[in-house]
Amino acid sequence: MSGHEHEHEAKKASIVVFSGDMDKVMAAFIIATTAAASGIDTTMFFTFWGLQAIKKKGATGKTFFQRMLSLFLKDINGIGPSKLNMGGIGRWMFKQMMKQHNVTPLPELRKMAVDMGVKLLACQMSMEVMGIRREDLIDEVSDVVGAATFIAEANKSHITLFI
Amino acid sequence: MTPERTLDARGLRCPMPVVKTSQEIKNVSIGGILEVLATDPGSVADIQAWCKSTGNELVGMEKGEGVFKFWIRRMK
Repeated sequence: MSGHEHEHEAKKASIVVFSGDMDKVMAAFIIATTAAASGIDTTMFFTFWGLQAIKKKGATGKTFFQRMLSLFLKDINGIGPSKLNMGGIGRWMFKQMMKQHNVTPLPELRKMAVDMGVKLLACQMSMEVMGIRREDLIDEVSDVVGAATFIAEANKSHITLFI
Repeated sequence: MTPERTLDARGLRCPMPVVKTSQEIKNVSIGGILEVLATDPGSVADIQAWCKSTGNELVGMEKGEGVFKFWIRRMK
């Protein structure tokens, strides 16, 4: 088999989005849209802090701890960078810098990913622990699943990433 | 080598030139040429890589005044 044919075997990508940092989520969506654009069937699994990237705005949770936690759970517009956030100044600064360089904003990148056929899956267990319900997530999320679903997808994937 | 369509991706940054190319190529008939205009220096390597992974053919590339031109033949 020639090297060229071998490259054509890569048909599936699975990405775990664990981080809720703006920069890391951005990298995840850039890779996902590019994979989809390259003809690769792409799935993103959002777990723990990563759920913020597919969450609607607003408080969630029933228990005291969950309500407390929800004060720190943002939506895609509210998440800050992993470094230099400086209480929100960094988020603003990075958004300005990316705008100056004509980088596609994160919410548009997410929309682009959905339009390109990237499948968004949410982690059932972390949703329950953190008090996030299906209706707290954006409609574009196609399913709420567990780790076994990710493993089944990853097992068929040529590209697996944990971000 | 007359392009069937032209995609203006000038001013767009990674990953948009590639993403838009993948969308636009669908509007070109198989065997036809898509012309892509881009200003992102990263697109030089990226359009080539995209062609490789999708099996389309990069038939030509040219650097004009700050603008890169790519001619891609749709293969399937």
